[in-house]
Amino acid sequence: MAELRLRNVNKVFQQTHVLHDVNLQIADGEFVVFVGPSGCGKSTLLRTIAGLEDITSGELYIGGALVNDVAPAKRGVGMVFQSYALYPHMTVYENMAFGLKLDGAGPDEIRSKVEAVAQTLQLGALLKRKPAALSGGQRQRVAIGRAIVREPKVFLFDEPLSNLDASLRVQTRLEIAKLHERLGSTMIYVTHDQVEAMTLADKIVVMNQGRIEQVGTPLELYNQPASEFVATFIGSPRMNMLKGKAAEDFGAATLGIRPEHLQVRIQGEAGDWKGVLRMAEHLGSDTYVYVDVAGVGEMTARIVGEMELEPGCELYLHAPSQHLHLFDAQGKPLDASLRRSA
Amino acid sequence: MKLSQSGAASAAPPRPEVSDKMSQSSRQRQRARSAWLFLAPMICTLLLVAGWPLLRTIWFSFTDASLTDLNAAEFIGWGNYLYKEDGEWYGLLADAVWWKSVWNTLTFTLISVSVELVLGMIVALALNVNFAGRGLVRAAVLIPWAIPTIVSAKMWSWMLHDQFGILNDMLMGIGLISAPLAWTADADLSMVAVIMVDVWKTTPFMALLMLAALQMLPKDCYEAAKVDGIHPVRVFFRVTLPLIMPAVLVAVVFRALDALRIFDLIYVLTSNSEDTMSMSVFARQQLVDFQDVGYGSAASTALFLVIALLTLAYLYLGRKYMRVGD
Repeated sequence: MAELRLRNVNKVFQQTHVLHDVNLQIADGEFVVFVGPSGCGKSTLLRTIAGLEDITSGELYIGGALVNDVAPAKRGVGMVFQSYALYPHMTVYENMAFGLKLDGAGPDEIRSKVEAVAQTLQLGALLKRKPAALSGGQRQRVAIGRAIVREPKVFLFDEPLSNLDASLRVQTRLEIAKLHERLGSTMIYVTHDQVEAMTLADKIVVMNQGRIEQVGTPLELYNQPASEFVATFIGSPRMNMLKGKAAEDFGAATLGIRPEHLQVRIQGEAGDWKGVLRMAEHLGSDTYVYVDVAGVGEMTARIVGEMELEPGCELYLHAPSQHLHLFDAQGKPLDASLRRSA
Repeated sequence: MKLSQSGAASAAPPRPEVSDKMSQSSRQRQRARSAWLFLAPMICTLLLVAGWPLLRTIWFSFTDASLTDLNAAEFIGWGNYLYKEDGEWYGLLADAVWWKSVWNTLTFTLISVSVELVLGMIVALALNVNFAGRGLVRAAVLIPWAIPTIVSAKMWSWMLHDQFGILNDMLMGIGLISAPLAWTADADLSMVAVIMVDVWKTTPFMALLMLAALQMLPKDCYEAAKVDGIHPVRVFFRVTLPLIMPAVLVAVVFRALDALRIFDLIYVLTSNSEDTMSMSVFARQQLVDFQDVGYGSAASTALFLVIALLTLAYLYLGRKYMRVGD
């Protein structure tokens, strides 16, 4: 019912070309996350889908219908804004009911709808409060409730968690995942936080400089990044990217290895990188070690658990060949067969 | 040993606390002192230029002072306000012309401020939209307000002139009227003319205050309303208007206080005509033309009281409304 299709969508603001030929297919009920660094065009893409920005060229279909020139209200989308965009002078109830009155619903119907949604979002006790008297998490839930109550075909979330503190962010993230499971509607979610993207998404769209870099499931992006950009953007700490001789040995321009795939050894073997420990970060669950490798540069390794290491000590880093990522000079991945032969 | 130690420990903390409190209060006293010091020049100036004349005016209102010799003034009690002689009431409160001027002022204030509010809002909404040359239009709109009232009133009195005025010429040109109208002399028209010129002059001020409020509004609320498909008119009455209400109330207070003591515009356009005479014009006429400082001061004092009472009532109602609004 509510699948989305974007064909060669372009957006130009005066002189700046913000979106370049975006092609994307989103299936009904899918949870899609747009992720990318700030200024990559992900929010603009979401706003074009909402209808808050016009499309310069290209086509946008929602539920099979071309909606390029359809007003936002008629597209059947509900949007949750980064700043929540609650009406400051209205109570929680009024905020949620405000958009309903137009749909020709009677007062009893509105009341029962709002109360049902408030119940599921645990807002029942807050209906008479104004936004100023709510915490950040509560405001966020009101904003989500206001979108839900209109029963849109597609939910749009514009960085909804970025104004919450870390623990609340994790909690709300789970709530959004549960909400998607319960409602089963199509959801599009914009974030710059790759952890949110990896945990929430059925499908991630990685964007960079107004272009889609890669579309895939979280694990596809992690295991088979389609470009150097995706390889470094997904995963934390970021993938080590080696240039020069280290990469040439494998017939590539760039050699990538994730910190969690590097094995740290005290005793080296042939083919290991020998280096000096610069610094270690102890997270309890993990230890991040930063190692200076002669002729290669600084490399990061992630060790599960705690490891007592003195800065300045000598270490060996072993990179299992199945975890190597090889890229050509254009940043495109080299064929897997090449990787095996190397 | 242990006991004495804990006793000493429990006795020790209050001491730094007390000294802390003392130093804090002495610091506060010092800050209060310097605050008064900074305020002193302003308070002295205000007492000299506002307090003294006000008290003197109130004093004169209880005397029979005349402009020819202020020193010969003698205290006559409430004589300027109200007294009975031979079964007839005399004094300001029994003066039909005074009550006519009160009525004129209130009518003028109510109508002109209402019209300015509506027009100012429309202008502000128009200027709040992004369009090419907005900065230029914004500056141009302010011109009527920037011209000194005497100048614009004189300009308008020429334009409204019954024989040579451009307004009559234009209206006759398009056939709306067949004979020239005496805008500033006709009893029915002169108040209309005065209000029209005041609206022309002060709408920009209203518009500017409301434009400032409009620009503070959260943009995302409007985007949310757009996505939710709420009609712009409904958004205006349910979102925009409630959110800019505090600024609108301030603008209305400013304008109403200004309008209640209107003098220059009316005096230039219609001089001492009773049809448009405001309280200020009445007071000036008594003070200067009739040289009756006592009676004029009584009128000025009454004007002061009317404005003070209306302001207090407005502030009280405004606060009450805002508190309910919260």
